[in-house]
Order: sequence, then structure tokens, then C-alpha cells
Amino acid sequence: MQKSLHIDPGKCTGCLQCEMACSYENTGLFNPAKSRIKVFDFHHEGRKVPYTCTQCAEAWCLNACPVEAIRIDLGTGAKVVVDALCVGCKVCTIACPFGTINYNHDSGKVQKCDLCGGDPACATACPTGAITYIDADWTGLERMRQWAQKTDSAASV
Amino acid sequence: MAWTRKILRVNLTQGNCVSEPLNMAWAAAYLGQRGLASKYLVSEIDPKVDPLAPENKIIYATGPLTGTMASTGGRYSVITKGPLTGVIACSNSGGFFGAELKSAGWDMIIVEGKSPRPVYLHIENEQARLLSADDLWGRTVWATEGTLKKRHQDPLLRVSSIGRAGENQVLFAAIVNDLHRAAGRSGVGAVMGSKNLKAIAVRGTLGVGNIADGKAFMAAVAAGKKVLAENAVTGQGLPTYGTQVLMNVINEMGASPTRNHRDVQFEGARKISAEAMHEKRATDGRTHLVTNQACFGCTIACGRISRIDETHFSVDTKPQYWGANGGLEYEAAWALGNANGVDDLEALQYANLLCNEDGMDPISFGATVGAVMELYELGILSEDEIGLAAPFGSAEALCRLAEMTAHGEGFGKVVGQGSKRLCTRYGRPDLSMTVKGQEFPAYDGRALQGMALAYATSNRGACHLRGYMVSSEVFGIPIKTDPRETAGKPELLKAFQDATATVDSTGLCTFTTFAWTMNDIQPQIQAACEGDWSLESLLRTGERIWNLERDFNLAAGITAKDDTLPPRLLNEPCQTGASKGMVAELGKMLPEYYSLRGWTADGVPTAATRARLGL
Repeated sequence: MQKSLHIDPGKCTGCLQCEMACSYENTGLFNPAKSRIKVFDFHHEGRKVPYTCTQCAEAWCLNACPVEAIRIDLGTGAKVVVDALCVGCKVCTIACPFGTINYNHDSGKVQKCDLCGGDPACATACPTGAITYIDADWTGLERMRQWAQKTDSAASV
Repeated sequence: MAWTRKILRVNLTQGNCVSEPLNMAWAAAYLGQRGLASKYLVSEIDPKVDPLAPENKIIYATGPLTGTMASTGGRYSVITKGPLTGVIACSNSGGFFGAELKSAGWDMIIVEGKSPRPVYLHIENEQARLLSADDLWGRTVWATEGTLKKRHQDPLLRVSSIGRAGENQVLFAAIVNDLHRAAGRSGVGAVMGSKNLKAIAVRGTLGVGNIADGKAFMAAVAAGKKVLAENAVTGQGLPTYGTQVLMNVINEMGASPTRNHRDVQFEGARKISAEAMHEKRATDGRTHLVTNQACFGCTIACGRISRIDETHFSVDTKPQYWGANGGLEYEAAWALGNANGVDDLEALQYANLLCNEDGMDPISFGATVGAVMELYELGILSEDEIGLAAPFGSAEALCRLAEMTAHGEGFGKVVGQGSKRLCTRYGRPDLSMTVKGQEFPAYDGRALQGMALAYATSNRGACHLRGYMVSSEVFGIPIKTDPRETAGKPELLKAFQDATATVDSTGLCTFTTFAWTMNDIQPQIQAACEGDWSLESLLRTGERIWNLERDFNLAAGITAKDDTLPPRLLNEPCQTGASKGMVAELGKMLPEYYSLRGWTADGVPTAATRARLGL
């Protein structure tokens, strides 16, 4: 089954466990500054929103890369930066409409979410279920279930 | 290792910032944050120093777990000699600032001297600079944070600053970071103000590493998170209701100090409780509470984000307060509410917002207003003197006094001196509900005998966070004790005080201890830090810290006579509730406490105790 990250901002408390897990997985340090998932705090609305790459099917970043350094992981469907090929030209960062691929000046390469090879550390770390890793074809299942539950059963009487 | 092993020393008189290595022998003995910074402070300042003089120092310290993935590992503490109390001050804050400081590569900042002009400290990883704050002086915490983020073109900058209360040296001024998390108590903000230091703005992108055993650490962290999630208090009560979950519980048992401790139950408590924050308002159909919010790394998320009623008299012409914002937490709700007999939830939130906006401790502010109201009702303070009528229960007086104190207007300057100085000024020092000059928090020492002893012996004046006996006396954590009983309390309190001193030195939040015991904390520290961090070593560290603080306080001039409570708590019994007829039985507990501590009958650590703890 192909899976994808599913984000429910309503459950996010803004604790940044996801950012730490992501950076630890990729750099060995707890460093939100290097995380590939970011939590945004819209403070005066009382909303926190985790945001990261959605792994577009027709990925702008992949199509823009002049050296074919962004490849598709056939197992997960993730668009993955191959560090050995990336030349740090940043064209992908311009191409991405969502801002979720970014240049890392420490490595001289770009970085983006690669779904941790199929076991995303952010989802494991999230204490509230705001970030989950679920069936890619049924990301709406839980919301459908909630609405289904509210459906008036009187029609069948 | 977990420590960055670097200290930033900032001399404001000379205007320079210097990096120096952390004293690792001291880290091995005092861990970090509260303990380690206290060791630096007592080693570097004269205990008799005037807290607001340039010779006092102020330290911002992280713990070894600050900035790591350990749940709640985002804390920092501010340590200095406190102007409200004249003893050691150590105020702990969450939010995101502490972790950012650590990620910038610093275990702590030691600030000394006094700047000739207002300045702020800007830290970008290893680069630290003092920059002019001339344009920020006179502005609020919120305006300061917004301005600095714009100026440095850095929305991810984390800012810890003072508002006008700290500038005006309100003796209970707080240091506020991330808009509404505060190193709240004992007037640490006034010390920052006395040094002309407006703010510290930090951006750290180095990350926190140096974990001794990464694999063991991640396993211990995951186990700790599971315990917090499965515990009824940390997994459900606190995220849903926040610390305000306590309002009805404490009030119903008759342990809620009301109207300057005249009473122990407040008839309006339900209207300002957690449950009330969840109810839809008649005016706009919205609930007061918007959501909960976590501090850095915290998997409990007890923080409250609320929206004030736009039609309330306090803000109906002030749209700047209408957005979602921090509050109310239990201690603030109690101090602004019960202590003054005010049952108007929106008024409490307005006063709370002013405390955050201009950096004041809502506990000490609210409790001082309680004293003002009692003096007013006794006819000692007149309407002319205050500038308004201030009977118990007046939401208008509470809101107006909050504005006057935060902005340094009129009678607000007197309120800003705290309850002890205010009551002394008007000839009734007995009406000041304080210990060592600091106002009580939200639990009555007559109804909770263990808390009476905790207040009298706390190293920073009246405080619930130095030994939270409520945990045992109300919730039965880790064991249930009878709140009306004095037997066994000295021993239990000593254990609480020592354990808390340890937790306050790790970078973790003390609220974890509703669920965690030292058995949950120890593996996280041992995996992160090099050296021996066995249970025994951790508890000895806590005891060492407690005695270090005590020694400083004794040298600063306190004596056993200061380990006491206001006459009201010792002589005027509870009139209602489960402890009706009881007073605080301090005399039954204090001698035993001194003895258990290895102190003389005068409350002085003996030579043998000092030697045992390596002091």
C-alpha cells in the first residue's frame, strides 16, 4: 500500500517534536532549524499548522532539476534528493509552489522530506496524532467517517 | 555530554560579550539550569549586594536536556538576587527561548554590570552583540518582540524581554519570552531593567547534540512520552483543562485563599474555572478558551490560548487585545480572582494580558491588589489615595490597577512595590500575605499543612514550585497524605524540595512529575549526560542545591525568624471547608524539618551537612 503523510492541524499543539525528530533522523542533532517539516503558529488565531512536502505526482522540483538529482523512491513514492548529484543550484526551490524544498547552506545541497524511507520520524514523534502516515488513496477516510456518523438515519425509516 | 560547554559572559558596563568554557566540575555537581547557575551566582556576587545595583548579576541558564527531544525539554531559568525578597531568585520559563539559546551553542548567559544606555543582546549562534535599545525603551514586551523580528528580518528569532514594569523596576516584574511564557516570580524583570537590558534575542541553528548515548536516550525519551500520555493528569486533565483544572478542586476543599486570605473558599470560583473557560459566552456565542498550546518539546500541552470577550468593558475600545492570546493559567486566575474576590473571567483575562504585555508576575500583582482592597475596606486606604474605589470584588478596580501598575501611573507605583512594602507603608504589615517579601500562590497553608511548611522554608519566599505538597495532600501523588495532618510532612517536604531542585536543573518541566517519578527522569539524564547520574546522585544533587541556596540566603541576612508565615495564617482559623477551625501548625513541623535537613535549631546547615554535600 502506498502511504502518505496526513496532517490534521486541529490536533497540533505546536510542541515541535516533529521538527526535532526530523532533524535528528537526518542530521543526528535536535535542530528545528534544519527540519524538513515546519510548524507555523498563527498565534492570534490560536492555530498551529505543521507543513511539509506533499510529494506531488508531477513534482515541480523534479521537473525543474537540471541534473536529475531528484528521483522517485518507488517504494514510498517520495521525491528524494540524491545528494551526490545535487549541485545546489536552487532552481527547484524556485519551482516548488509550496516552499517545501529548501537549500541547506551547511551541506551545499537542497533538502526536502523523503518520508524517511517509509517510516516518517515526525509521525512517530507526534504526541497527538496531528501527523500520521496512512493509506495514500484514503487520506480522507477519517473525515468521511466523521461525516458519515453525522448522517441522518431517519431516511431509512 | 548534553551541555554545549560554553558560557556567554556579557559585561554591560564595558559593553562586551566573551565566550568562556563551562566549569565541568560544577556541572558534575550541580547538573545545569537552577543548580549550576546558582553555583555561578553565589560564587560571583556578594550576598549582601543591593539586588538592583550594577554589582548584582543575572544569569539565563538552560539544562542539559533543554533543546533535546525529551518531553518538556525546553526550559530555562533566570537566576539572580531578587529585589522583592532580598534572597536568591530563580524563575523558570518554558516557551521556545531556552531551546533556541541552547541551539545557538550556549549553556548559559551571565550578565553583569550596567549599561549606560538601554541595550539588547542579539545572539546569532556564536556571534553575540549588544545593540542600542533606545527606541525600544518604554515599549511593551509584545512590541519589542515584533520590532526585533522585523529589524533582523527573522520571523524565527526568539525573544526574552521586559516591558515597562521591568524598566520601572516594579519589584515583581517578570521576564517574558514568546509573548506569554514568563520567568515570572521574585522580580527578575526589575533586575534586567536596573541594568538597562531590554531584551535578549536569539537565533540558534547549530542544533543540540552531544548526547552521550543517542540510542539509549531516544528509547528513554519514548518511554517517558508514553508515561505522560497514559497518565490521567498529564495525558488528559492538563491538556483539556490546563492548570485551571485545580480551581474547583482546591476551592471545594476549602484551600483557596480568598480576599487576602480572609476566607478559604470563593463563592465565585466556578465562574472563573477551567469549566467556565469551556462554556459558550452569552455575548458572542464563543468559548473563552480557543485551544491548548505546548511549549518546546512538550507532549503535555497545558498552556491556555483564549480569546477575550470583545464586548467586555475592559477591551471594548481596544481591538489590540481581541485576538487569541495566552491565559488563563490557574495561579493567575486565582491571584487576579479569588485573592480579590473578583469573579469576572474576562476582567481576569484582561489583567492577565496586561501582565504578559508589560511583564509582571500576576501572582504577586493580584495578591498585592488583595491587600489594597482589604486596606480600602478597613478605611486605611481612601479612594483619593488610590485614585479609585477598590472594594473586594471590583473588576473595574482590578483592571484599572493593572493598567496603573504596568504603566507606572499614580498609585500603581505603590502597588508595584509589592504587598509587604505596601502594607508596611500603611502601618499594617500583618496584612501582607507574604513570606520573605513574596506573595503566596493559590493554596492556603491553613488547609494544607504541608504547604504551610513549604511556604515558610522555600528558598525564594512564598512559592508553590519549591515543594509542591499539593501533589500529595490533594492528589495523592506519589502517596496520599491528610492535608490537615502535620506528622510526616517535614520528611515528605524535604524529599519534594530536593527532587524539585533536581528537576529544575535538567531543562525539564516540573509538571512532568504529576506522572514521572525520578525513575522515569533518571534514564533520560543518564543517557544524555556523561558521568554518574544514578538516582542517588541526582537526589544528592538536589539536596546540595537546596543547601547552596540556603547558605546564600543566610549570608544575605535572613535568619530562622524569616522562616515563618503571616500572623493571619498562624492565628486566624479557616472559617469553612474541610479544614474549618484550623490554623497553620508551623511550630509542630519546623524544628523537625531543620533536624532532617541537618541544620541547627537556628536553621543553619551544620559543618557535617556541608561536608556531606561537598559544600
